[in-house]
Parts: sequence; C-alpha cells; structure tokens
Amino acid sequence: MLDTTEGYTTEDGRKIGGVVMEMKNITLRFGGVVAIKDISFDIREGEIRAIIGPNGAGKSSMLNVISGFYHPQEGEVWYKGEKRPVMKPYQVARQGIARTFQNIALFEGMTVLDNVMTGRIRQMKAGLFAQSIWKGKAEQEETENREFVEKIIDFLEIQHIRKTPVGRLPYGLKKRVELARALAAEPSILLLDEPMAGMNVEEKEDMSRFVLDVNDEFGTTTVLIEHDMGVVMDLSDRVVVMDYGQKIGDGTPDEVRNNQAVIDAYLGVSHD
Amino acid sequence: MATSSKAADGLQSIPALLHRNGRQFANKPAYREKEYGIWQTWTWADTEKEIEALALGLLNLGVNEGDFIAIVGRNRPYFYWSMVAAQCVGAVPVPVYQDSAAEEMAYVLDHCGARFAIVEDQEQVDKIIEIQERLNQFEQMIYVDPRGLRKYDHHKLHEFSRVQDQGRAARDEFSKDLASRREKLDYDSTCVMLYTSGTTGKPKGVVLSNRNIIEASKSSSEFDNLTGDEEVLAYLPMAWVGDFIFSIGQAYWCGFCVNCPEGAETMHMNLREIGPTYYFAPPRVFETQLTNVMIRMEDASRFKQWLFEKFMAHARKVGPAILDGQSVGAWDRLKYKLGDLLIYGPLKDTLGFGRVRVGYTAGEAIGPEIFEFYRALGINLKQLYGQTEASVFITLQPDGEVYNDTVGVNAPGVELRIAENGEVFYRSAGVFEEYYKNPESTASTKDPEGWVATGDAGFIDEATGHLRIIDRAKDVGQMAGGQMFAPKYVENKLKFYPNILEAVVFGNQRDECAAFINIDLNAVGNWAERNNIGYASYQELAGHDRVLETIKGHVEEVNRSLADDPMLAHCQVHRFIVLHKELDADDGEMTRTRKVRRGVISEKFEDLLGALYDGSEEIFTTTEVTYEDGRKGSISATLKVVPAQVVKTSAPEKVAAE
Repeated sequence: MLDTTEGYTTEDGRKIGGVVMEMKNITLRFGGVVAIKDISFDIREGEIRAIIGPNGAGKSSMLNVISGFYHPQEGEVWYKGEKRPVMKPYQVARQGIARTFQNIALFEGMTVLDNVMTGRIRQMKAGLFAQSIWKGKAEQEETENREFVEKIIDFLEIQHIRKTPVGRLPYGLKKRVELARALAAEPSILLLDEPMAGMNVEEKEDMSRFVLDVNDEFGTTTVLIEHDMGVVMDLSDRVVVMDYGQKIGDGTPDEVRNNQAVIDAYLGVSHD
Repeated sequence: MATSSKAADGLQSIPALLHRNGRQFANKPAYREKEYGIWQTWTWADTEKEIEALALGLLNLGVNEGDFIAIVGRNRPYFYWSMVAAQCVGAVPVPVYQDSAAEEMAYVLDHCGARFAIVEDQEQVDKIIEIQERLNQFEQMIYVDPRGLRKYDHHKLHEFSRVQDQGRAARDEFSKDLASRREKLDYDSTCVMLYTSGTTGKPKGVVLSNRNIIEASKSSSEFDNLTGDEEVLAYLPMAWVGDFIFSIGQAYWCGFCVNCPEGAETMHMNLREIGPTYYFAPPRVFETQLTNVMIRMEDASRFKQWLFEKFMAHARKVGPAILDGQSVGAWDRLKYKLGDLLIYGPLKDTLGFGRVRVGYTAGEAIGPEIFEFYRALGINLKQLYGQTEASVFITLQPDGEVYNDTVGVNAPGVELRIAENGEVFYRSAGVFEEYYKNPESTASTKDPEGWVATGDAGFIDEATGHLRIIDRAKDVGQMAGGQMFAPKYVENKLKFYPNILEAVVFGNQRDECAAFINIDLNAVGNWAERNNIGYASYQELAGHDRVLETIKGHVEEVNRSLADDPMLAHCQVHRFIVLHKELDADDGEMTRTRKVRRGVISEKFEDLLGALYDGSEEIFTTTEVTYEDGRKGSISATLKVVPAQVVKTSAPEKVAAE
C-alpha cells in the first residue's frame, strides 16, 4: 500500500506531495436514495487521481461533493488542512477548485477568448465603475489577465480559433476550450468530468496529452472521472473505484486492475 | 552597389551580412513572430545578439568546423537564428522538413552524418530518439519548446534558451574562437545544404556556397528593386530552397523583416495582419484561396453574387492591362476604380494581399485562369522558374511583361541554353557546388563548364523572348500514334476546377489518355452540404454518383478545350477514376512539396491503371495507407471507371501524314 502521510514518487519520477483534500466517511443521500455510502479517500498535491466505476456508481455525485456543490449528510471534507464548512455557491467558486462538465457548459455565442477570459473572473477586482470606463486598474487587470489567458491558449493550441464563436466549433475543440477556461482560474484542484466522452481516437490522444502536460507544466492536482479504462489506466497515478455508491477499490492502476472486487464489478460475477 | 564578380566590403558570408545589418539597420525590425496573441519583434541588433549567444552556446557544446547541424521545425525566428549561428561556428545547417516521417528523417540525418540537431518540440525530439540508434555520428539535440520534455533524460538534450545562457556565460572563453571561425568564412565556404525532395529516388543533398546564395539574392533583389522596407511572411517549409533565399538570403542582403506566423493554422489570419509587400506562394496556395473565395461567394446573397460576377468580369477584361501600365480607356478605368472600391480592394484585403508589391509563384505551372484572377484584382503576381540547384532563380518575369504561359526572361547573371532534345540548361553564379557524397549525380547534372541540366523541356517563345516550359523532360512522352504526350499540361487544366484537387494523366505509349482524379474535399464537401448529400468519409463522397457526374462534366470541358489545340488534341481524357484516397506525401505518392510521383502512383495503383485500359466498368481495390505517426492501415473500395466524351479532331491524321 502507498504511504499516506508523506508524499510518494511516481513511476515516471514525479514527486507527489502531501494530502490536499481528504474525504472522511462521506455519505450522500437524495431522499431515500443513497448515492454515496461511507466513502473515504484522499487527494494528494500534484497527482492525477481518477474515479472510475460503472454507470450510476455515484462518480459525478462524488465530484460534486469534492467541488462543494453537494453537501454530504454525513462525513467530513478536509481541504488544505481545514474542515470545510457548508458553503454558499460563490464561496465554492472562490476556493480554487475548477471543473469541466460532462455536457459542455460554455457560452456558445461568445468567442473562445471571451469564454476563457470568464475563467479569470476571480482575479478581476476592479469595481463596476472602473470596469465600465476601462481606465487605470481595470485596464491593467485586463491586460494581465489576457496575458495569462494567452499562455493557456498557446498551451492548448487553440490560437487559430481565438476569435471564433464557440457555437461554431466541433465537439472536440469545445472540450478543449472548456479545459482552457478551467485552467484560466489557476485552480489548485482541477476536476474533469469525463473529458474524453464522445471523442474519437485522435481527439482522445490529444486530450490525454493535454491532461498530462497540464499536470507536468503547472503541477495541477487533477481529479478525473472517465469511462475509458485505457485512458484512466494510462493517465492516473491512483484510482478510486466505485460501485453502487460504495468504494470497492483504491490504489495504483496496477493494484486496481488486479483487485477481484473491481474485476467483478466491471465484468459481472455469476451468482451460483 | 557592389560588382557581382567579388563581394565588396568583405560581405562574403551570411554572418558578415548579419554583422553589417546589426550596425546599419540596428533598430529596424528583423524578425517578428506572433506569440501569445501579440507580434513580438526583434531588431537587427537584437538578432545579432541572439545569434551570437547561440553560436557561443554551440561552441560550448563542442560543435566543430564542418559539422552538420540538422534543423527541424516550422518557421520560427529561433530556427533562422540557428542556421546563421551554425554558419558562424563554421558548421553547415541542414534544414529538414518537419513533417518528414522518422524513416525519411533517418535517411537525411544519416546521409549527412549530423552530429547535432536543433528541433522544435517533443514531437521532433521523439522522432529523433526513435531513429537515434541507427545514426552513428549523432550526438546531441537542442529543443525550443520545453513542453512535455521535462522528464526526459537531459544528458544529450538541451533547451534552446539554456544553450544561449551558457553561451553568454562562456563568452570570455569562446569569443576568440568564434571570431576566428567567423573570419574564415568566405565566398567558397558552404552556406547551407538542402535536400531535394526528389520526384524519383532518394533525396540528394545540394551543397550551396555563400557565393551561390549571396549572388542569387543580390541579383534577384536588384531585379525587383527590393529594399530594406519589405515585409515578408515566412510560412513555407524551411527545408525548401525558396524559403532560404527569401527569408535568409534576400532578407539579410536587403535587411528586410521576416514575419513568422503563430502556427500553420493561423497563417491566413497572420497574412492579413502583416500585409506583406513581397510574397511568394506555390500555385496550390493560390488555388486554395481562390477555391475558398468561390465557396464563400456561393453562400453569399444573390445581389452580392451578381455584383461580384459583374465586376470580376470587368477586372478580367482590363485589370491585367492596367497593372502592366498599358493604355486603357477612361470609362473602363473609372469602372475599374469603382470595382476596386466595392470588390477588389476589400477582397485583396481579406486575402492579405492589400500591400503586395511583388508576388511570385513557382514550383508548378499555375492554371492560367487562377493566375489571371489575381492579376485582374491588381496584384502584381508573376512567375519565376527555378531550382534548388540554381539557388532558386533561373528565369523571372519582369514587371509589365507577364504572360501566363511563360516563366520569364533569364534572371540577371544567368545564361540559358536549350539542348537539341528540348531540355533546358543554365549556368550562373548561383549554380550549386555539388550533391553531397554523390559525385555520379553531380557529374550527370552539372558539366565541367558549369552548365546544369534542369530536367525540364522547354523553348524560347519567339514573340516574347521568354522561356516556356512544357513539362518535365522525362514525363513528356509519345503516344502510341507518335504524337506528343504532355501530362502536366492536361493535369493543370483539370486542376483549375475547384472540385479537382489533383489529377494524374496517363497516356505514354498508349492509344488514349486516361486519368486518376482526386476531389477537393473542401469544395465538394461544401457542394454536398448545400445539396443535402450525406456522406461519412472522403471515400464515400468521392464515389458518389453525382460527384462522378460533376467531375465527368469538368473532364469533358477540358477535352473540348484541348480539341482546339492542334498540338494536344489527342491528349483528351477518354476515361477516369476518382481515387478513394487523397494522394499523400506520407504514402510516398507525392513529394513533400506536393509534386506527384508518377512512377510510385502507377506502381501502387497498378490494378486501377489496368482497369482504365482493359474496358472494366468497376474495380475492387485495397490500398495501404500510412498514418501521420507512421502506423500503417489499409482501405478498400470499389471504384467506377467513368468514360468521358471526347471531341473528334482531324489532328491525328495530320501528324500521321507528316
């Protein structure tokens, strides 16, 4: 088993730091339905952590708990060494966790650049008046933020669509724009909800490369949910496996792959 | 100006020109590159410093005089600096096509025995690591973009900016060595080695000296009055001689600014932003742009279409004449002015040609209709004829003497000779030194007196005194009936149709001509969309009955126009196959500069070629394809052999009677 107090070093030599977020005995109910049942795991600084499981296992609910959007009825979420209280939506946004969505949620009528700029809202502090006359601090702020956004545009290789309205883009590129917007927020944790869903092989390869490069370049802690097992096993450092709201496995891709409970959940098991 | 026999002022190398520009044009922009959405600028003074730092860094890494340094990347200032820095330390830069597959790259790197490579990014680093074991002399690699490379073993891998930093830090140690190496460079030292793409056989390394490059740059700059104020956009492959001449030779000679686009996909946007004054593009780029304009016009409103057609017709009538300064009636001039205000001006601006003073096209024959379209708009587009072996220039069209079927008069300092079999020979100061490690080919191409065989058949047009190229000498053949067979001529006529991307005509030693055709996915796809024709793949669209019908219409039109030409009436296309895949350089069917390799194509599609002549109506075929990453796959399809109507002429009898 991995040492859970100190950091560890991955196979390819990356140093993974201490625990950033810890889920302690989380239970989430919707009325009588138990979506998540007594799950505990941690997320470490700089790692790529995957959550996998069959349909309806509670993965997206888990992601919403991590982001602070859902409040579990039982259990505690510890983030950066503090127990996280129940938050209002704007507090959720300010805590430094950015995400992409399973079904793309961009502003279709706006250009790629403007969409990515919205990711910088947290960094814009000038008042309404200054913003509207665009003088002094507002101008300086926008210039700085634009510079940051341009680095991300360069990083994700979307320069050629900088000024294109998002609605005109193909699906694979929209996904990339969504990732760009999430990165623009300079998140300490990046949540990706099925980043490869509906992509062809080439787009998947590109996206995988970007996820790895983001982690490599910015050291961003990444949590991803993904159906494509090949992608998950290749990308992630550690994997949590869920089934019917319960955690049935947790460990490196190899450990998980050889875990009998996981094999049963994915391949089915005969009950005779 | 200096006399051409000997460069005055000691300007006998590119580094010497750099040193001059660093003083004379210190604060003028030398390079621009769009990065992070903004055009970043380096002046000539900055450039000299950057190149010096890199050159010192190369010395620090142990580059010896005479070493070959491979340079693999898209057009970025860093790679232009790399070439000049390599020259500064007495090494020879060898630019390599960055889209080469690992195999092709292995051949070039092994052939020149490169010890170092300066590459762009992870993709190129991976490619070279893959082939590294086979390269005996290869030692170290420098990369520009660090992304994704952090975890690589950095014993033999260096980041560009770090090499420069180390060079700056070691200035005291190496500056003497650098100065002495730079001083040794003269007109006879090698400036660059460029590999020809080769429509047949393996690439050959063409060694060009400083004399070749500087003389060619100087005389061609004078021919078109290029000044230090030109703006060019560098977007053509750096491994191609043209880019070397335009972006290094002429740029360093004149001291003008080279602008590098943000990426291949943003090239057209960047073209508009820069508005170059001096522009070069192969015919294909002009074709693509024209196709795009036509596609967009199809989607425009009725009124706009009417306006466009009306004024374009007028432009075709008087535009070229106005451009050449001939006398045109006042009313026509006024109408042209109005057209310029409404159509031509905005269109030129959209295309990025608003400021073009001198534009050239070469590499392949350009369709006359395409050529005239741009000239009609008032763009001074001209043709030149050149080769890597000539440091580009053999002939050029002077301003005011532009004909679409000729390639112009001798470039200054070039002598021309037409051999008895029609092959064109030339001799000039730009003539290459040799093919590297290939004395047989050198001897068979260049005779002891310095005459070089072009491999093209042509003649001097009596009316104009300009050179006219018919075809590749080896492609011009005879049909079974003894008439001349000039495939390129027919192919170019076919390729003018926006729907046809590529055509390969067969007919050598045969009774009738037949063709393979590639549809243009952009144009045909757009048409399919407007006509509610669904398709899932290129292959499906290419095989669609209505597409075949359209292409048949085009072929028959070409046949009718060929019938009017007594020399070529027998080259009418009797039947054709629309291929199920695009001809591709990755599959070896075309060169990296997109010239068709007839030999490869007729071997690879032997079954299809057979079907064209054995009376089959359709044929099932399987073709191997190579993906970008070098993996192989195969596609299969049943293709129809479509017969096309030909116009009966009396020409064959005439020839037979002679």
